[in-house]
Amino acid sequence: MLNINRDNDAIFTLTIDQKDRPLNVINENFLTTLESMVEEIIKDQDAKGLILTSSRPEFIVGADLAFVTKIDDPAECMRLTAKLHSILRSFETWGKPVVAAINGTALGGGFEVCLACHHRIAIDHPKTKIGLPEVQLGLLPGGGGTQRLPRMLGIEKALPLLLQGRTLNPQKALAAGLIDQLANDRAELIEKSRDYILQNPEASRPWDKKGFRLPGGAVQSPKGYQVIPAATAMLNAKTYGNYPAPLNILKAVYEGCQVDFDTALDIESRYFTQLVLSKESELMIRSLFYGMNECNKLEGRPELPKVPVQKVGILGAGMMGAGIAYSSAKAGIEVVLKDLSLEIAEKGRDYSKVVMEKLIKKGRSTQEELDSILSRITATTDAADLAGCDLVIEAVIEDRQIKAVVTEEAEAVIDEKSIFASNTSTLPITGLAGASSRPQNFIGLHFFSPVDKMPLVEIIMGEKTSQEALAHCLDYCQAIGKTPIVVNDGRGFYTSRVFTTYINEGINCLSEGIPPALIENAGKASGMPVGPLAVADEVSIDLMYHILKQTAEDLGKENVDEITYSTTDLFVNKLGRLGRKSGKGFYEYPESGEKYLSPELSQYFPIGDIPPTLEELKKRFLSIQSLESLRCLEEGILNSPRDGDIGSILGWGYPAYTGGALSYIDYRGPANFLEDCQHFQKKYGERFNPNKLLKNLAKSSESLYQKD
Amino acid sequence: MEKTYIYDAVRTPRGKGKKGGSLYGSRPIHLAKTVLEALVKRNDIDSSAIEDVILGCVSQVSEQGGCIAKSAALYAGFHESVPGVTLNRFCGSGLEAVNQAACRIGCGQHQLLVAGGVEGMSRVPMGSDGGPWMIDPDVATSTNFVPQGISADLIATLCGHSRVDVDQFALESQQKAANAAKENYFKKSIIPVLDCNGLTLLDHDETIRGDASMDKLSGLNPAFETLGTKYGFDSLAIQKYPKLEKINHVHHAGNSSGIVDGAAAVLLGTAEAGSELGMKARGSIKSMGLVSTDPTIMLTGPGPASKLALSRAGLAVSDIDLFEVNEAFASVVLNFIDELKVDRSKVNINGGAIAMGHPLGATGAILLATALDELERRDLTFGLITLCIGGGMGIATIIEREA
Repeated sequence: MLNINRDNDAIFTLTIDQKDRPLNVINENFLTTLESMVEEIIKDQDAKGLILTSSRPEFIVGADLAFVTKIDDPAECMRLTAKLHSILRSFETWGKPVVAAINGTALGGGFEVCLACHHRIAIDHPKTKIGLPEVQLGLLPGGGGTQRLPRMLGIEKALPLLLQGRTLNPQKALAAGLIDQLANDRAELIEKSRDYILQNPEASRPWDKKGFRLPGGAVQSPKGYQVIPAATAMLNAKTYGNYPAPLNILKAVYEGCQVDFDTALDIESRYFTQLVLSKESELMIRSLFYGMNECNKLEGRPELPKVPVQKVGILGAGMMGAGIAYSSAKAGIEVVLKDLSLEIAEKGRDYSKVVMEKLIKKGRSTQEELDSILSRITATTDAADLAGCDLVIEAVIEDRQIKAVVTEEAEAVIDEKSIFASNTSTLPITGLAGASSRPQNFIGLHFFSPVDKMPLVEIIMGEKTSQEALAHCLDYCQAIGKTPIVVNDGRGFYTSRVFTTYINEGINCLSEGIPPALIENAGKASGMPVGPLAVADEVSIDLMYHILKQTAEDLGKENVDEITYSTTDLFVNKLGRLGRKSGKGFYEYPESGEKYLSPELSQYFPIGDIPPTLEELKKRFLSIQSLESLRCLEEGILNSPRDGDIGSILGWGYPAYTGGALSYIDYRGPANFLEDCQHFQKKYGERFNPNKLLKNLAKSSESLYQKD
Repeated sequence: MEKTYIYDAVRTPRGKGKKGGSLYGSRPIHLAKTVLEALVKRNDIDSSAIEDVILGCVSQVSEQGGCIAKSAALYAGFHESVPGVTLNRFCGSGLEAVNQAACRIGCGQHQLLVAGGVEGMSRVPMGSDGGPWMIDPDVATSTNFVPQGISADLIATLCGHSRVDVDQFALESQQKAANAAKENYFKKSIIPVLDCNGLTLLDHDETIRGDASMDKLSGLNPAFETLGTKYGFDSLAIQKYPKLEKINHVHHAGNSSGIVDGAAAVLLGTAEAGSELGMKARGSIKSMGLVSTDPTIMLTGPGPASKLALSRAGLAVSDIDLFEVNEAFASVVLNFIDELKVDRSKVNINGGAIAMGHPLGATGAILLATALDELERRDLTFGLITLCIGGGMGIATIIEREA
């Protein structure tokens, strides 16, 4: 786990190598070993110094989350953090130099170990990540990070790193002051570490010296009064009070930076403990860490040989087609981008150029990479060019007949083992597969717009879709760096179906006479990225209307939301308000200046007397999406709560603090959630009718996730 | 219950509260000394008759720290037997001092007290005493803290006060103050601030702009827009008032209270104290009101505080002859006028803090002096003084002129 070495100059090296773990992490076992080794080193009167490094590609990637999530007692959590602090303090106050020789990624607790050293040197590898990303999982850096960073950089520079949890490569970490030096390779890393030790026989941290002053100004100083209130306001404006972690970070910095270092660590521990025991961190870790990892590692993939996707055909070079082409070419896949017009096909290829040029400008890519990406994309109008594609994805308009034509056209050219995927967001796959001569190879690959930024792909299994086709598409998603979820066929599949309920609920609110600003503010306050009416304008109201019309024709009027149908009908056919694209929808879009809710709304939706509270509306918006997700699980559209949670967070921005649309049930507690739904059912109708699965969960107070 | 009489009220002129202002070179304690000395001198009393000096002061640090009321009493040459206490009720401090004095006299424990306030804002800037409400992330979050300017703009947005409405009000404040200064209406209260040689440093309110115009006012940039949009405070206000889509930022330096230096002192006592010392009462304290409302909108306290004072006095709005409503921001006064349905011609008839400034700890006592002078000049009876206060508080005092 930890190898100790003393060289001829009496310089010790501790090399981390957790043989029983895929990656070096911090857990109690590690701490105990580290503690005894540090004790031993300190006892050596002749010791000159200590180098901490790892023999793995990474340094330490963070705390062992399984270890963190198991903690359920606050006193136990305080004991564990005190142990960590005491080890770090023992070498930090040793008086002799300790160098973090950061050979690779050092994140979270791993980087906090480095922060406790007197000097930090990292190998300059662009893939190495350095930083304190704890906040992203609902935690805070509990190894002294909230105290050492502001004491090193000043509060103003430390706060963004702590609050956003951004990770930096070694060069950027050096510029930000997180590390002190770069090295080219391991040999130089150790050499430089030794040099530092030999040149600095005595070492101590500024905050352990008399007269220490916080760089950039103390908390209770004009600078503090400038920085901290603004940081608090900006944070709360963004989080709406939904995320306890960043606020606890602010509290720890504010309080900790006014006292001595050891008291500060104690303050940090208390706020850390509160987060470890919070439901938000539990649910965020479960979804954003475990769930996301499982999806990215393709857990549940059929056990079939890996099929590398080498050449992908994309039909339709619009926004989606161009985005898929870019993501594929960037991953080294040959792309044939076909459209009816060569001009559009070429424009679709040029989209990659536009995206890449922005990256080059930011210094995140190179002209060579741009050239090689473009060289991999063939723009064409000729279906024959699809020959040799092992995957063809159609991204043409949502019209069954046109989709049928391109399916036949492609299948005539491609190999019979090749997969044909539709990027439809709403049309059932089984129906579309009817146009295919090889329905077992026909599958849904639902990308989200803009493709280069949105990480999710919803894979839809048609009735006859084979496991081979699924495995193939999962491999493709992994190759292009997307996170896949696998769902079964049905109208709107999972994401579109559930996401629509948010918009419908917003439009229903409007028809009830709730002030439009209240609706939009409640949406945002619930943690959704934007209000439901703003979303409707972005999706475009005519598209919603056409889908509803189609559904009403196919399944009967009772199967669409009546208010949404009549409202979109009014907006599209009488008012010509189609959403942002037409310059007016629920909002007005002036040519200069920001959009604003249309004052005309009050003509069609007179404001009622007593509006509901913000809290009630927030709950209402989250509940309807959650309940619909639960129905998807019950009906077998979803195979697992994990896919539902990941799909909701990545697909349409369901708030992460809940753990996702299905974890929201755990966030509220199943019995409370059932009560919420029953309350809303009485007030707003059958769309809130709790399903059997929910009643069972409430009765047994069980989670959808099996406890292990 | 003893009746509390107002024997006198004095104040310094208000100097521009920054470098270059005529009182910038004067220490706050010098301003306090100026009014305390004047009170004793012009009423020809022995200071040992005074049983306490209660001064409001908001930023009680550095040269305003360490209980400036006691230091000022000693420095003004008051007898060593005179105690002093400094209090902070933010912008209501000066009136709070008067009200506390009235209560202590009213309950029969004191015969003669001085109440007032001091704030040298040019030397001890607003906010320099810090405070958890603003800076402590946990406190600021759980109480939804926003700065006053955002609250003022929130009131304007909710009440539909347009930029023209608030600028028009500001213009009137300047015009009324300019006229009052020209006609010497403030003469009775103002004690010039002198230097060590007896030379005058300032003898008039320094910030009045008789040449203000709608044109000039309309050219000023909203002062709180950046704070609201860039630093997130608008969002916090909207989280509390979610029916609003956005905050309309209408306030700026020209329609908000000015930052100034100043001090004021009021001599209060029982009827017996007056007759023993041979003083004639100028007025009396009729009633008072103190409330607290939502801390986010923060500045709507004057309405409910005034209603409370009115009901305690058994008076109706129409019984009040003159209102002094502190012009912290134009929308505060406009909202007060709407809420109490007050005749606008009775409000701040000689202008207010938009024209003459708001020395935080002293303003309440200054407004009382202004109201008393004007009741006498116009031969009227009832005056109501009210101020909005940080944290959502509101304070009001009704005074009655002694004929």
